[in-house]
Amino acid sequence: MARVKFLCDADRCIECNACVTACKNEHEVPWGINRRRVVTINDGKPGERSVSMACMHCTDAPCAAVCPVSCFYTTADGVVLHSKDLCIGCGYCFYACPFGAPQYPKVGNFGSRGKMDKCTYCAGGPEADNSPAEYAKYGQNRLAEGKLPICAEMCSTKSLLAGDGAIIAEIYKERVMKRGYGSGMWGWKTAYSDSPTG
Amino acid sequence: MPGSLSTLKVLCAALALLFVVAQPAAAQLSFKPTAEAVQEDKLLNALKEGDKISGRVSIPDAMSASLIQPAGRDWRDFHRSKLPIIGGIAIVGMFAALLIFLMVRGKIRIHRGFAGTTILRFASFERFTHWLTASCFIILALSGLNISFGRSLILPLFGAEGFATMSGYAKWAHNYLAFPFMLGLVIMFLIWIKDNIPGKVDLEWFKQGGGVLFKGKHPPARRFNAGQKGIFWIVIIGGALMSVSGWFLLFPYLPANVTTLQFWTVIHAVIAMLFIAAMMAHIYIGSIGMEGAFDAMGTGEVDLNWAKEHHSLWVEEEQAKGQAPSGTTPRAMPAE
Repeated sequence: MARVKFLCDADRCIECNACVTACKNEHEVPWGINRRRVVTINDGKPGERSVSMACMHCTDAPCAAVCPVSCFYTTADGVVLHSKDLCIGCGYCFYACPFGAPQYPKVGNFGSRGKMDKCTYCAGGPEADNSPAEYAKYGQNRLAEGKLPICAEMCSTKSLLAGDGAIIAEIYKERVMKRGYGSGMWGWKTAYSDSPTG
Repeated sequence: MPGSLSTLKVLCAALALLFVVAQPAAAQLSFKPTAEAVQEDKLLNALKEGDKISGRVSIPDAMSASLIQPAGRDWRDFHRSKLPIIGGIAIVGMFAALLIFLMVRGKIRIHRGFAGTTILRFASFERFTHWLTASCFIILALSGLNISFGRSLILPLFGAEGFATMSGYAKWAHNYLAFPFMLGLVIMFLIWIKDNIPGKVDLEWFKQGGGVLFKGKHPPARRFNAGQKGIFWIVIIGGALMSVSGWFLLFPYLPANVTTLQFWTVIHAVIAMLFIAAMMAHIYIGSIGMEGAFDAMGTGEVDLNWAKEHHSLWVEEEQAKGQAPSGTTPRAMPAE
């Protein structure tokens, strides 16, 4: 099976936040939580770049390594998912995640953490595919329907790519060759220990 | 309308002028907006330890402005590799040390036997404060250890579902019992600080091995001997560190900064391991380690001979105040 990944071509991102909005809408993500966000580096300065970032579905995921209740699992496609039934909202995955992906609804009297929520690569959770229970906890399971994540599908400049890691890396490499520049495959080194050009 | 036409003319002229003025400036700009963009590689290489690549986001969540924080891997390494070593050495090491101590030194008996008469050592409010803090501490310690090591030690026994449910309740207990624990710390500090100021008599206590290392030797001590003063300050300073670090973890949206939170979790975990080890020694000497010691926090009344052996100066002070049985009380004679 293919190892799926995300790749944001920052030289194409126009910071329209369509990926952010599409994600929130598709999964009815709760108020205050963004599974994806667009971060602008060197904002207002020459050479600024915007990067759309969510969970990178790391190889040897740090969140899974530190979770005290072991609620994470990796699918055959390389998607890192978690069980909200097991999650106790301790915050460890947030400390360990290099990309700030795990987020928590504020619950309880102190506004302490609820059960963690993060990007599922539009692949739902441990419940039966496209069941109401799965939708309520994790949102749509587009992968089970044979579709790619909505954020990448919606991207108007085809900056955000989702799919087989080898293929999207190839597409990006071709682009860089043709353009003659590229600001890098943001997060890949950290998430997959791949070199930005490889 | 001639008026508006002339306005238009002036506007056009102004625009043209702007163009002429702006053009040389544009020509001077040798910057290529595409090829000279920020490079992830360069940013990653320029990062200092514990630093992160961050920018600006248009959503209200300020924490999401952090794009990549490689320090997360250091935190993972701390949690998975370093903490089990620190905790293992501190807790298993202390357990082994106490076991060896018990085997070598044995239970510390009252040298002259029980006197039969007692003296009030801790009033009910003091005992209440002690047990409030102590019972919270035990649950906080166990639930904390569960978060740190339960996955490898307990999860295989319970199964994923049962362990997650138990850990969920443990987390709630940890969050809520933090408050009575902190209250207990404050009261203990206020009621016992006056008896815990280090003094000259403490040096002598250390020189004589605390009356614990060598049989039959009992250095003089006031209400608290140097060892107990040590425990007091470990509890106060350790407890304060646990409270401050724990406060940030209780209210994670307060610092709203992952680096700060990582720092406080490390402090919280390391101090906790040392704190637990120190308290194991305290529990040992207050229960099975020493004859007559538990009564101090049990009934509050300790045997007079126990008090004379371990807190001779304190007994004299109490007797002077008339709040203790006098030293002339007939005591059990050795059957020789």
